[in-house]
Amino acid sequence: MRLSEADSHALAGATAAPTYLHDGTTVMSWLNTRDHKRVGVMFLVSVIFFFLIGGIFALLLRFKLLEPGPFFVEAIGYNRLFTLHGIVMIFLFLIPSIPSAFGNFVLPLMLGTRDVAFPRLNLASFYLYLAGAVLAIWAMVHGGTDTGWTFYTPYSSTTATEVFPVLIAVFILGFSSILTGLNFIVTVHTLRAPGLNWMRLPLFVWGIYGTSVIQVLATPVLGITVLVVAVERVGGFGLFDPARGGDPVLFQHMFWFYSHPAVYIMILPAMGVISETVCAFSRKNPFGYKAIAMSSLGIAFVGFFTWGHHMFVAGQSTFNAGAFGILSMFVGVFTAIKVFNWVGTMYRGAISFKTPFAYICGFLYFLVFGGMTGVALATTSLDIHWHDTYFVVAHFHFIMVGASVMGFLAALHYWFPKMFGKMYPEGWGLVAASLIILGFNATFIPQFLLGNFGMPRRYYQYPEHFQALHVASTAGATLLGFGFLIIFIYLVIALKWGGRSESNPWRSKGFEWLTASPPPTHNFDEIPTITQMPHDYRTHEPSGVIRGS
Amino acid sequence: MNEVLRRLLFLPEQASTFARDFDQLHYFVILTTFVMSTAVGLTAVFFFVRYRRRSETQTTPHIEPKTWLEALFVTVPLIFFLAWFFLGYREFVRQTTPPIDSMDVYVMGKKWMWKFAYPDGPNAINVLRVPAGQNVRLLMTSRDVIHSFFVPEFRVKADVLPGRYTQLWFNATTPGRYQILCAEYCGAGHSIMRGEVIVLRPQDYEDWLAFQKRGLAEKQDGQPTALDFAPPLGNLVDQGRRIAADQGCLKCHTTDGTRHIGPTWLDLYHRREKLSDGSVVDVDEAYLTESMMDPAAKVVAGFQPVMPSFQGKLAGPEVAALVEYIKSLQTDAVRTGPSQGPSYAPIRGR
Repeated sequence: MRLSEADSHALAGATAAPTYLHDGTTVMSWLNTRDHKRVGVMFLVSVIFFFLIGGIFALLLRFKLLEPGPFFVEAIGYNRLFTLHGIVMIFLFLIPSIPSAFGNFVLPLMLGTRDVAFPRLNLASFYLYLAGAVLAIWAMVHGGTDTGWTFYTPYSSTTATEVFPVLIAVFILGFSSILTGLNFIVTVHTLRAPGLNWMRLPLFVWGIYGTSVIQVLATPVLGITVLVVAVERVGGFGLFDPARGGDPVLFQHMFWFYSHPAVYIMILPAMGVISETVCAFSRKNPFGYKAIAMSSLGIAFVGFFTWGHHMFVAGQSTFNAGAFGILSMFVGVFTAIKVFNWVGTMYRGAISFKTPFAYICGFLYFLVFGGMTGVALATTSLDIHWHDTYFVVAHFHFIMVGASVMGFLAALHYWFPKMFGKMYPEGWGLVAASLIILGFNATFIPQFLLGNFGMPRRYYQYPEHFQALHVASTAGATLLGFGFLIIFIYLVIALKWGGRSESNPWRSKGFEWLTASPPPTHNFDEIPTITQMPHDYRTHEPSGVIRGS
Repeated sequence: MNEVLRRLLFLPEQASTFARDFDQLHYFVILTTFVMSTAVGLTAVFFFVRYRRRSETQTTPHIEPKTWLEALFVTVPLIFFLAWFFLGYREFVRQTTPPIDSMDVYVMGKKWMWKFAYPDGPNAINVLRVPAGQNVRLLMTSRDVIHSFFVPEFRVKADVLPGRYTQLWFNATTPGRYQILCAEYCGAGHSIMRGEVIVLRPQDYEDWLAFQKRGLAEKQDGQPTALDFAPPLGNLVDQGRRIAADQGCLKCHTTDGTRHIGPTWLDLYHRREKLSDGSVVDVDEAYLTESMMDPAAKVVAGFQPVMPSFQGKLAGPEVAALVEYIKSLQTDAVRTGPSQGPSYAPIRGR
């Protein structure tokens, strides 16, 4: 068992180079850094911060919904709260969460390179993100935006609240996303270590690569769309407002052309994390490597042709609805391939039930249930009843909170020792994981039922027969909140007072573990030559060797 | 079985002809979802129990799936998903194709109320009365932002858009009162933009309608009251004729079939018009509305694009009245009285 650790040290260089955490400890050394690992950590801290903010908004919403009548906030306050919750969670947490935080940190390590292709651009992406985040929050609090995160016209172009600064913030955040995606694409193409051909790329890299393609191709459309709405509000153009000869449904087409692929920006990286961790904790090679890798690209591709399934009842033609419905089925098929292959990976493995594995199980369940309800929604006729009800809310929270956040938490626990050289407390980890999975079900299963019952979304007041299910959902959300609080507390404690962990505590054969944990500033003294597929557990041989040795 | 599952899944009462078929598909889809997610979960649990890690440095064999297994992974979900889709889409086509014998009601949504107008008389706010067992088509538009007309018990929903008409139909089976909910976010009053459908027995509906008409007639015949300074009511066709005269429509469009500056309105409804760009359009409610709002968009071949836009000059009910008037102008029956029910063709192929 000492072997892998010894190898890691050998590869990292016998002389202990300073880790990236200790190479300059001033604030400026962080703010001016071009080190992908430090950028990754800064992103990680920011997204966790915004996740807490968005979570607080969610709990406030759930608190209001305990009562069917006016309670706690006014109608307009409620509308602002769900707008804040949606925009913070989607643009400030989910989209940058895994790619910008963990992607930045581990992608170059997995590729065996010293940094991303454009380190300055990487830092610029972080500052664009911060600028966009500050502007968005300021604009929403100051201007009281009440459009929801979807900005549907003509409501968004006519509401009396401030929308313009928020749209500009979304535009800026989009650029952060584009720059990160571009950087990763170039890095994967040009900076792979010797011996690391495309068919040996870790599956996390495939996931991030698919995500980056979507970010680069789809985000500009969102940029154009929000800019046109902004110009419409300020300059009085009439592209979307029918009172000036525009077409409100055109906005929905343009918006979902980005925002549907954006769902895959949020889920593909989480799928990548699961592909890595399921191998590491089963000590098994990925079952169907090619199938998992190619289905990432398949989802990225087909995801561009399914946006119309958000508009089955919005007045598009019956033929269009059918075409978009059937195209949406293919996303389901690609996802199913992944699920079967992950489960297959466990077959004849050596499974260790650590906290990340608990999140893998949660992820599989949420993805299958959330994904299949998504396919159900795409069967056109069922969507007529479910559209814009809590069923849709529950479905996309299953994917975005269920699956994506499970992926995020699996990554956080799996790579925590890699990033900080510290270990989280395993017992508390499992307690929090059980609380979160239980609380999550208790929150959103009642919401599926509310949707069946006919409860529309974004309702401040609701008919009284919905109350029991709302109370159940709020109780679940409280449980969920406690789960996240426990994680937050034990991770802070582990960072400050935790014992030093081994260099490769999981004995993982993922390529990122070839260097020490936490890695030295330049990752590798000598670039390794990759000699195996990732996660080849037939032998104890390290998966890469230093050139010439 | 139907009743047990319906209650278990918290589905509302089944009060339209769609509801039962819709719910059957719902049960099939949800049961498949449960079975699949449980199967995946149980397999994972089984593998965990069977293949626990026995030593920290355990090695494992390298296993890759056979091609037939990967093919199975693709085809099984594909077959299920396609089955769902075909069952669902068949139902969707049925729900989006109003039958030929439907009764029409015009609906206008505005922040935050519903207005209903019957072609042969009464208007109503927030309360829609329909006879049970009759196909009802709603022709809907909005005066401000997007709304969505949703009756959970009927399993029907359609967005209501400004500047165009969308349609929805249903056949209510059980007399009773059902809530109308707005399902598209429309601002501070979104959650209280609720109305009610009252489904009456056919005879009760006739009585109600007769009573309403008598009320209108009395209002028009009796002594002048303050109400008379409001625009006179009447059926939509009469209103449409008056509006057409007031707005100057008839300066360019004839109603007797002769060609003038614009196409004649006689037999215009459901005529297949050749457009200046060579394409052919079926003149339906949507095209008529569009031509009032944005006349230059689709100009009939042989005419000049000289018509001004009536965007902002005509209110929703006025557009509805004009459309209804144009629909009444048919060679075989140039009706002057109330329309005797709708006269439109269903989507071809059915």
